[in-house]
Amino acid sequence: MTFKHVLLGSTAYAGLILGSAAGASAEEITIATVNNGDMIVMQELAPQWEEKTGNTINWVVLEENVLRERVTTDIATQGGQYDIMTIGSYEAPIWGKQGWLTEMDGIDGYDYDDLIPAVKAGLSSDGKLFALPFYAESSFTMYRTDLFEEAGLEMPEQPTYEQIAEFAKTLTDKDNEQYGICLRGKPGWGENMAFFGTLVNTNGGAWFDQNWNPQLDQQPWADALDYYLDVMNNYGPPGATSNGYNENQALFQTGKCAMWIDATSAAGRVFDPAQSDVADKVGFAVAPIASVDKGNAWFWAWSLAIPTSTKKADVAKDFVAWATSQEYVNLVGEEKGWVAVPPGTRTSTYENQNYQDAAPFAATVLSAIQNADPADATAMAVPYTGIQYVSIPEFQGLGTAVGQNISAALAGQSSAEDALAASQATAKREMTRSGYIK
Amino acid sequence: MARAVSTRIKIGYTVAAWTVALIIFFPILYTVITSLKTEQAAISGFDLWPSFSLESYRDVQSQYNYFKPFMNSVILSLGSTALALAVAIPAAWAMAFSPTKHTKDILMWMLSTKMMPAVAVLVPIYLIFLRTGLMDTRIGLTVMLMLINLPIVVWMLYTYFREIPGEILEAARMDGATLKDEIIHVLTPMAIPGIASTVLLNIILAWNEAFWTIQLTTTNAAPLSAFIASFSSPQGLFWAKLSAASTLAIAPILIMGWFSQKQLVRGLTFGAVK
Repeated sequence: MTFKHVLLGSTAYAGLILGSAAGASAEEITIATVNNGDMIVMQELAPQWEEKTGNTINWVVLEENVLRERVTTDIATQGGQYDIMTIGSYEAPIWGKQGWLTEMDGIDGYDYDDLIPAVKAGLSSDGKLFALPFYAESSFTMYRTDLFEEAGLEMPEQPTYEQIAEFAKTLTDKDNEQYGICLRGKPGWGENMAFFGTLVNTNGGAWFDQNWNPQLDQQPWADALDYYLDVMNNYGPPGATSNGYNENQALFQTGKCAMWIDATSAAGRVFDPAQSDVADKVGFAVAPIASVDKGNAWFWAWSLAIPTSTKKADVAKDFVAWATSQEYVNLVGEEKGWVAVPPGTRTSTYENQNYQDAAPFAATVLSAIQNADPADATAMAVPYTGIQYVSIPEFQGLGTAVGQNISAALAGQSSAEDALAASQATAKREMTRSGYIK
Repeated sequence: MARAVSTRIKIGYTVAAWTVALIIFFPILYTVITSLKTEQAAISGFDLWPSFSLESYRDVQSQYNYFKPFMNSVILSLGSTALALAVAIPAAWAMAFSPTKHTKDILMWMLSTKMMPAVAVLVPIYLIFLRTGLMDTRIGLTVMLMLINLPIVVWMLYTYFREIPGEILEAARMDGATLKDEIIHVLTPMAIPGIASTVLLNIILAWNEAFWTIQLTTTNAAPLSAFIASFSSPQGLFWAKLSAASTLAIAPILIMGWFSQKQLVRGLTFGAVK
């Protein structure tokens, strides 16, 4: 028996004594998560679960990429450091397929039918559910109602990218640091490529054809990149290559952007007067479309999963079921305000009158998430699922490499043609190396 | 003979020195200023005037108990430095006073281990830590930090020891000093400025180490580097909180460096003038 065991034992013992209604023996579980706003709320409310069950939680909070790196190392070496981990909809099906995650079906009393079907599908592989959604997001258009009104413009229910470019042109006033549009420019598969992937989809493009041949040298990619460079160079903020979600949020909240196309989970923040200078002047519309009415809005679900290496799967499942339940959503609503509830996972949240009153963007978000179908996001037939990503393990590296080329084109370091030619070559090499192209 | 320097040149140099120092110090200063702003003020652009809000510090403390990672940082940096000295003083002594024809090669080989990117050995080390139960323990991390800083410690001590005339040690031996006496009572006191600056530098390096301390810990042994990392967020703007966490993490080492700067400079320039 090592010192660590003694320590763990004594902590668990203390938990048992302190716990009011401890069932079996109390356990200590470790949860790895990111520092997103909704996760902070979860940490603040988790003591209620600890009190109820007598178990205790250790939180390991890390930056997204560090978390992914640590969790991957731990899973690959069967380290068993974590009992629960926060992962996205990209990892859940891939890791589940590898046998790294515990199946989440069949938890007693858990309301699976209330989960939005698209979200559930995004976290499943071969019909098995490998993670439960904590909050989900799609992408949509946020815009400044006051600026639109002043300029006599009207945002249609379903804007097109052509219209967006015209609006951006009218609303740009660089002398007053007001930019027509803010889009992600920071390189990374989950940064600029998240937006750019949807732009390619709606221009009729895709990452691969049915035989896994990269399509990055095709016309839709060229159209998407030309459009992106045009609006960003003419109507976007300076230094856009370092703008990710956070930076654009800062720009939008401080009134520097007339339009921002990004995650629906930003709605609660830009709408919160405590965080945003433009809280009362924000309008929402669905994501714009170009030539194809498909794959124009992304899908992502931050979820809780349990690695197969854990020795405390039952307790871990109990926590995950609690944190992703309607009961938890109600708890957040009552304690932290309805606008702060984790969005996008449960139908009942959107039927709740309190939420509808507090979050006028609820209907737009719900329709965006319901319509985002990772299994049917492209005009052409493709062998993969995913809207803004391709659900294969190789995508993480490939997406970031292409993201860097796109970012270089935005910075003016290379031409659009060169950026796409280099990206196509990288994709071809990677897919051949990994055995997709025979 | 000292050269006469005109007042104008003196002022010029002083202004230049202060300008350079301010440029180097500015990021730290701005971190402190940002930590004293509200979140909303922190994101609203460049502004040197803090809103004097301690809200971020309160939030940081309520979200994550500062004292646990702080104590871990203290234990890890002091522990690894003590361990490193215990190994490096005899090693440097041997190489400085009884060199062989391969001494230079050994020194180069030691330094070459620092040239490899740390991530290259992540998986083997991770597995070793896992199998031996050292994962997320202070003792494991102390040894790890000692090992990664050891080449620098040996090099620095070797350089300082070389400045000490061998004749003094010979004289001690003539007076009947044993090897132990020689190292503890003669060599060490003479090399105190050098050892002191090595200690300070090693503490700073161990305090700031942010790869292994994040990779090999979860909760029990996580030091301040992991504490800062936990406030970085992909979705959500917490710049004031992140700045507050950074300020809390760098403050102890900054204060220590401030008070010991005389010792540090003396050690670093030790033996520079013959």
